[in-house]
Amino acid sequence: MDARITLRVDGRVRPVALDTRTTLLDALRDHLSVTSPKKGCDHGQCGACTVLLDGRRVVSCLILAVACDGAEVTTAQGLAEEGEPHPVQRAFLEEDAFQCGFCTPGQVCSAVGMLEEVKAGHPSDATDDLTGPVTLDDEEIRERLSGNLCRCGAYVNIVAALREEAES
Amino acid sequence: MTPFEYLRAEDPAEAVAAVAGRPGAAFLGGGTNLVDHMKLGVAGPDLLVDVSRLPLDRVEETADGLRIGAAVRNSDLAAHPLVRERYPVLARALLSGASGQLRNVATTAGNLLQRTRCPYFQDVTTPCNKRVPGSGCSAIGGYTRYHAILGASEHCVATHPSDMAVAMVALDAVVVVLGPGGARTLPLAELYRLPGDAPERDTVLEHGDLITAVELPHLPFARRSAYRKVRDRASFSFALVSVAAALDLDGGRVRDVRLALGGVAHRPWRAARAEEELRGGPATEDAFRRAAEAELIAARPLPGNAFKVAMTRNAVVATLRALAEEGR
Ligand SMILES: Cc1cc2nc3c(=O)[nH]c(=O)nc-3n(C[C@H](O)[C@H](O)[C@H](O)COP(=O)(O)OP(=O)(O)OC[C@H]3O[C@@H](n4cnc5c(N)ncnc54)[C@H](O)[C@@H]3O)c2cc1C
Ligand code: SF4
Ligand code: FES
Ligand code: FES
Repeated sequence: MDARITLRVDGRVRPVALDTRTTLLDALRDHLSVTSPKKGCDHGQCGACTVLLDGRRVVSCLILAVACDGAEVTTAQGLAEEGEPHPVQRAFLEEDAFQCGFCTPGQVCSAVGMLEEVKAGHPSDATDDLTGPVTLDDEEIRERLSGNLCRCGAYVNIVAALREEAES
Repeated sequence: MTPFEYLRAEDPAEAVAAVAGRPGAAFLGGGTNLVDHMKLGVAGPDLLVDVSRLPLDRVEETADGLRIGAAVRNSDLAAHPLVRERYPVLARALLSGASGQLRNVATTAGNLLQRTRCPYFQDVTTPCNKRVPGSGCSAIGGYTRYHAILGASEHCVATHPSDMAVAMVALDAVVVVLGPGGARTLPLAELYRLPGDAPERDTVLEHGDLITAVELPHLPFARRSAYRKVRDRASFSFALVSVAAALDLDGGRVRDVRLALGGVAHRPWRAARAEEELRGGPATEDAFRRAAEAELIAARPLPGNAFKVAMTRNAVVATLRALAEEGR
């Protein structure tokens, strides 16, 4: 069954006609040629497809595109402003937080969404005091980013990049 | 994936009518379980009625406790100040489940109604009574690490995967349902079925029944409550076993207690027998162990999950001990 929807992707309005079966990930990659979100598992298990949907981090492979009509989508590509990397992207570069880079766009979007959650005071499974303020230590970073797997095992440097972000 | 129509419902009554009127229709919450199953061929609805944008997205304080809308996202529920303050067991259970990205999408109702992670259920090439009634159970005689030790049947040994539901069952949550015949409420513990000879039915809901809210009654002593989840990796992994508990102490004695177990049965398991054993008794490690053992007398482990009996006992003891120490 066909559907017509409009997404706002990385700041641009993108009307698109697609089959209702299309996931947000496939809509971005195959219909709109926005290829920074990656398809790793296609089942919500790896985080490679992470984007920001109306400002919140989500896995785009388990969301139907038709359910996103009218939404604002930001991918890793759209985080960079006027060619200048986003501070989280810069931190990944500085700390060498990737090897092959396949998981990186998802890691970066996830990290940007995660930092917003921390700013809003949301606790995680690693937070000792549920009602107190959150300090983004290494344990917190690891827990909050556990939805993003890295087959190259760049975790140590990803944590370092975000530690730097947390301190700034 | 089989083709389907998509409808974004404007109000709950419209959603109920749309699904009730069509045998192949299904409600769509965040889709993190249903869309996965559609990709795997486990589900093939011909109409999806999207209920994730219904005005059921609020957490409200009521005279009797807290009312949680069916469309409230798992992350928002975990972060809600009243949940963190009054029902830490619920916040902890939610935060231990899935990942940040999934919790931002998953809804309260969808979480309750997520289906088992039994690998055979998810693999359409293998027999499974839950997926194809009468086809057999591949887990019996197969891989059973994640399967039930309590309340299973010869037809199905699956476990319910939700963490949130275990905490809610411990808290005596009530589910509000809107069906074709009108609205009704039922205790969450009674929503879920044991597999018996009809494992294809996870719950007592009928086609077209929409969950609109979950109500948590006042339970002042739940401020001292906890969720302990034992799993194969430290994060982003389903429970092998889990324990939701709230403890009310009167000096060194247990005045009252709520205890529920996850990962051990076809439904979140309220440990009523252990609760009874604990009430009025000493709050000691020995008493905690005896209570856990009383609950586990009924355990019938499978070849691949005998470890769960000791693991459950130890997790119950550790959870209650930590809660008792918190109070000193
Ligand atoms: C990789 C991965 C890891 C996970 N790990 C965990 C974990 O550790 N712990 C855990 O608890 N969960 C875990 N989950 C499961 C996750 O919590 C569920 O997928 C999620 O809660 C389902 O919510 P949803 O809104 O997306 O449901 P949907 O997928 O939209 O729906 C699920 C079911 O509920 C029905 N439904 C939805 N809303 C209603 C309603 N209002 N009334 C009636 N029926 C309705 C749908 O028809 C469908 O049958 C994991 C999932 C993934 C993909
Ligand atoms: S345990 Fe239940 S869900 Fe798993 S294969 Fe057997 S019948 Fe299917
Ligand atoms: S591709 Fe979406 S989580 Fe792996
Ligand atoms: S850098 Fe290769 S998968 Fe993460």
